[in-house]
Amino acid sequence: MTLSATCLTLSRGPRRLFANLSFTLASGQALVLRGANGSGKTTLLRVLAGLTVADGGQLHWNGEHWTALCASQRAASLYLGHANALKDELTAAENLAESLAFDGVAIAGSLQRQSLDSMGLAQRQHLPARRLSQGQKRRVGLARLALARKPLWLLDEPTNALDAEGVALFSRVVAEHLQQGGMACIASHLPLAIAAPVHELVLGEIAA
Amino acid sequence: MNATAAQALIEPAVVVEPERAVWLAAARDLRLGLRSRAELVQALMFLVIVVSLFPLAVGPESALLKRIASGVVWVAALLSVLLTLPRLFAADFADGTLEQLVMSPYPLPLIAAGKILAHWLMSGLPLTLVAPLLGLQFGLGANELVVLVASLMLGTPILSMIGAIGAALTLGVRGGSILMALLVLPLYVPVLIFGSGAVEQSMVSIDYSANLSLLGAGLLIGALVVPFAVAAALRISLD
Repeated sequence: MTLSATCLTLSRGPRRLFANLSFTLASGQALVLRGANGSGKTTLLRVLAGLTVADGGQLHWNGEHWTALCASQRAASLYLGHANALKDELTAAENLAESLAFDGVAIAGSLQRQSLDSMGLAQRQHLPARRLSQGQKRRVGLARLALARKPLWLLDEPTNALDAEGVALFSRVVAEHLQQGGMACIASHLPLAIAAPVHELVLGEIAA
Repeated sequence: MNATAAQALIEPAVVVEPERAVWLAAARDLRLGLRSRAELVQALMFLVIVVSLFPLAVGPESALLKRIASGVVWVAALLSVLLTLPRLFAADFADGTLEQLVMSPYPLPLIAAGKILAHWLMSGLPLTLVAPLLGLQFGLGANELVVLVASLMLGTPILSMIGAIGAALTLGVRGGSILMALLVLPLYVPVLIFGSGAVEQSMVSIDYSANLSLLGAGLLIGALVVPFAVAAALRISLD
């Protein structure tokens, strides 16, 4: 599997976030996006997810051209943004079940509970999400990542609000995913200790 | 690299039967709606109170009240649906679940259709069921009450559908709820005219079936077109 971006260009108002950005990501590789606040990390992830349409450039998945939000893009990618995408009214377990249902994967309830347990949420599964801490909400997202079986992970500051143990969990989940031939794009300020080949892409201001 | 695992990832275990999306989305929204029942009751109470204000304002003269009954109930129904529209997408937009719905392998128009269906079940349907009581308050006869319920049954889903387009287009816009009302209310006019028109015609024993047929036709056209329009509007709002 490969994801290749060719000549991606995007401006927001007068600011050019990136221009002629090209890269190729293969099975088992991770790309870490770095750069100052506002340098376009989130926007680039959203372009890869299809949520934002770039001004120019193309995305190819195994040679197949991706138009924004085409069926193959939606089937292959999983985007975790700043917001946790959890419903306050539902419990952690219900939230996980709902997101997996919309991811189109059928996973037994016992496996879902196991996954939440392994994310350190054993005692918190049946609490409404509004009573979870920010870090615990992130962990529900991690459980979804591990179960959703999507080859391309697009993660925006995934370690925000996670404690040291949570960051270690995250690194383990990503390493397993890469080892299974998945790929990941991760925007992060913090150093990530992932036991796998990791490439870095530094975004910065470009003179227009 | 573990070859079988890689194979499994290349062919993700995605089970997508597109038509399930309507049910999935409707079930999710109904479940969320039932967790915050207060909001459902509020819209219904709003309807009851608005309708009950009219006899106080225009006096207890029964002939006059009977004449304005259908118009009053219909306008109140329209405003009550308008009040519930922000619930349709705004919460999902704020907590990030809307992005996930848009990125779901299920077709977005079908997800939108499911959300609209759930919205109608929680706003238009209860309102239609309460309407005969309100009609009685205004002295409508049995036949007129039946027509009132029939017109609301056909008309309120159209209100949910048109409203969904407005709600999707104004997502994330500052002062969006007023803008949405300005956008949506003029589009509600035909539904209002045909809906309350049917009841009025039944009061003077004119054949009202044309009005109901037009509402039914609007409902069918809406069901075919609106989910795609809403899907497009949501994609634009998230860009």
